[in-house]
Amino acid sequence: MFSTALSALTQGFANLSWQSVLMILIGCVLLYLGTARKIEPILLIPIGFGIVLGNLPLAGLAASDQGGIINLLYKSGVLTEIFPCLLFVGLGAMIDFGPMLANPIVLIFGAAGQFGIFITLLLALALGFGRGQAVSIAIIGACDGPTAIYVASKFAVELLPAISIAAYSYMSLVPIIQPPIMRALTTKKERATLMPPGEKKVSKTVKILFPLVAGIVTILIAPMGAPLMGMLMLGNFMKESGVVGRLVDVSQNTLTNLVTLFLGLSIGASMLGGNFLKWQTIAVFALGLLAIAFDTVAGVLLGKLMYVLSHHKINPLLGAAGTSAFPMSARVVQKEGQKANPRSFLLFHAIGANTGGQIGSVMAAAAMLAIMSKLLIK
Amino acid sequence: MKELSFGLTMTFWGMGVTLFTLGLLILIIRLMNRIYPFKEEIEDKKKD
Repeated sequence: MFSTALSALTQGFANLSWQSVLMILIGCVLLYLGTARKIEPILLIPIGFGIVLGNLPLAGLAASDQGGIINLLYKSGVLTEIFPCLLFVGLGAMIDFGPMLANPIVLIFGAAGQFGIFITLLLALALGFGRGQAVSIAIIGACDGPTAIYVASKFAVELLPAISIAAYSYMSLVPIIQPPIMRALTTKKERATLMPPGEKKVSKTVKILFPLVAGIVTILIAPMGAPLMGMLMLGNFMKESGVVGRLVDVSQNTLTNLVTLFLGLSIGASMLGGNFLKWQTIAVFALGLLAIAFDTVAGVLLGKLMYVLSHHKINPLLGAAGTSAFPMSARVVQKEGQKANPRSFLLFHAIGANTGGQIGSVMAAAAMLAIMSKLLIK
Repeated sequence: MKELSFGLTMTFWGMGVTLFTLGLLILIIRLMNRIYPFKEEIEDKKKD
């Protein structure tokens, strides 16, 4: 009797594998980074704790066959794509398209900022990843966590934990990844280009109409992007309408925070030692980094072209803000511009390019989803 | 070879659609700004 009771109480320790121990340590590292270093704490703390809980043997929190509570969250929110779509409502309610509407030409940087996605797609295919996996890895280059999760949950669920961690980590590492590339590709004279502060104003009617019109146009062009674009534009329409303050407040705060908690926890718990500690995970992280680097290269090169075409009126650094890492990229551009010329104030224009990147990343994802769905039907 | 052709097709259409859509949005925004230009006094009245 005594030995049975003892073995029952030590089952957890007995079933602890080295992979579980390693994953628990990784979870603790993420918790440390989120808590002590304050790196993306809102996301890293739920993910880190989810990894710890999911890898504790016999707890069954992330087990599908035991109806684990976190597994239920994963199935109902991540695999159904509800969580990333809800995050887009919150994002839309936070975003201000004003700077982009005042100077719409900066939208073009939002297209160049997606180029890394496609270069990475070719690299992932060359490394032997399947088509769905390659598309899902490449979308890390969108610099947009919810979009990456949305695409990966459709085509490469097995890589979803690695892709989501890579997407969110690199978004927060944009201030480290982008500046060396920006400096390497531009001269000091180019970086010092002054642009008017640009507090050009836009009518309230345009601000209200834009999410509706842009939503209709983009969804007609790429219907597969409707869940993301539709939710983004809904959130923004609510904000600009100015009549549903309570809904906007809930979308910006409660909804976004709650979904982020559930998303982080369920993704963390799905990172089980057996399926995470593989060479593919390292490849996903390496390719994700390349994707964001290529986005920056393409953006800055387009910026240089615009600099020449505009007779030195457009600062080429703006191209780096074409990724949808909002608002990190815009802040990086502002900082680098001021380093080259203390009188430079690029933030207004950079925020415009950055919001353009947000739309561009959803469009690139929608186009890929549309082509993939047709190929799968065939 | 099949994978390369898949990757290139994705790149062509993906970038093409993104560029086209953003270009179209630029035109739409310019049109909207012309139809509904910012007028200080009107916007102030709306705020009131």
